[in-house]
Amino acid sequence: MPDHDPATVLSVRGLNVRFGRNAIAAVSDVSFDVGRERIGIVGESGSGKSTTGRAIMRLLPQKASISADRMHLNGEELLEKTEREMGRLRGKDLALIMQDPRYSLNPVLTIGRQIAESARLHLGSGKKDALIHARSMLERVRIKDPDRVLGLYPHQISGGMGQRVMIAMMLLAKPKLVIADEPTSALDVSVRKDVLDLLDELVRENDSGLILISHDIRMVSAFCERIMVMYAGRVVEVLSRMEDAQHPYTRGLIAAMPDPKHPVRRLNVLDRAQIEAEVGR
Amino acid sequence: MIRVENLDVTFGEKQQRNHVVRGVSFEVARGETLGIVGESGCGKSTVLRSLAGLEGTWTGSISFNGKPVGKNRSREELKLAQMVFQDPYGSLHPRHRIGRALAEPVRSMGQGDGWSKVAEALLQVGLPAEFVDRFPHELSGGQRQRVAIARALILSPPILLLDEPTSALDVSIQAEVLNLLADKREELGLTCVLVSHDLAVIGHMCDRILVMNDGMFVDELTRDEMRLGITHADYSRELIEASFI
Repeated sequence: MPDHDPATVLSVRGLNVRFGRNAIAAVSDVSFDVGRERIGIVGESGSGKSTTGRAIMRLLPQKASISADRMHLNGEELLEKTEREMGRLRGKDLALIMQDPRYSLNPVLTIGRQIAESARLHLGSGKKDALIHARSMLERVRIKDPDRVLGLYPHQISGGMGQRVMIAMMLLAKPKLVIADEPTSALDVSVRKDVLDLLDELVRENDSGLILISHDIRMVSAFCERIMVMYAGRVVEVLSRMEDAQHPYTRGLIAAMPDPKHPVRRLNVLDRAQIEAEVGR
Repeated sequence: MIRVENLDVTFGEKQQRNHVVRGVSFEVARGETLGIVGESGCGKSTVLRSLAGLEGTWTGSISFNGKPVGKNRSREELKLAQMVFQDPYGSLHPRHRIGRALAEPVRSMGQGDGWSKVAEALLQVGLPAEFVDRFPHELSGGQRQRVAIARALILSPPILLLDEPTSALDVSIQAEVLNLLADKREELGLTCVLVSHDLAVIGHMCDRILVMNDGMFVDELTRDEMRLGITHADYSRELIEASFI
């Protein structure tokens, strides 16, 4: 691709996703670029944030139809790839970290085997090397006794540790783009920060791009350089700081959050009619 | 209004023994809202479930309105405290229409069939009266939580127990539900105990906050202390720091 800028990892133009014959698009006309940076996608349930993430991974169900003017990863069009090519890409160049480690880890395989599988698949390591690699990855995600954890099953570890294991597995192949879909919403507040810091550190070290999908605009604004706010399948605005919000939806969303430092008697409620009018312009 | 002394809850036996709540005592004044905050597994929900009469293994004493209540509650005692649960998807019977879900507490307390109160109960939480004929799956999460609040209030209890009432909801819907709870509390003069892991929600709703860790209260904060970020224990400081990154 002649127009490919090496600093851009992912470039999306005019992404549309529709489920079945549903008249309403789940994602409509979404365009953005991700460099070697951290970008956040914020929105409420049904805003299309997760669907956008999955569309990039090409992990949407059969009934979903995806169309885009362009969806380039490192200059290569993702929509033209065959399923087999995508399979090789997923986990190697593109990684997805999902919300709840209890559901995304295989319950009948030990942690060690699952991480080692990733090493064998993407790095072509032998059985023994893969296990050594898995162990060092567990150390990287600051698990204290990696040898013990290697032999445990997912139900034997805590949520925070499970999410570290997921991160270890996903970042082992040093992917160019990491999509983290609500990586901390199943975790306790005290563990959240550790997991985010860890993710940040590893992504920086690998010089990858990160898309952080969350409903929590405060967390995203503390963590990402740019914030993309989605409402009803559209991007309503792109911000670098939460305080710069202009769109009535974003402002409404921020005002609806209780803030103990600035107590109010009643919380602001979104004026949906006004937002609909603004979005539907 | 509520007085709890040396509440102690243990689950399991021998090696499986798990000491969940370790001798906690607290009081809640009439009309006050007490918040209990802590991480998963700290015992906060167990305290609330013991208050509601849903746990059968506690020791210590609980009294409402000056009268001690036991593990097996009489109808009169049950009517004193009603609870709103965390998951609006799980707490309504999927095969019962909303009308039946709301009439059920009235019927089971022997106060008639309850149908006459249903329409009013729905209006009270800002839902249209036509919702009586709907099934829970025809409602959104926020609407279901409103139904759960209506169900708790239909017996006019003086005490409302809230277990993470908004953690399954979007921020904008959370704001609507919290406003509804604040309005009802003021209108009916309710005494509330709110349990949550979300300090922002607790700080917004509560007059006084107890921080719980490993079955015990480690700190007590007033609303002003919360606003200014004053804490008296390391654990609560860490919790507050981690909550507002």
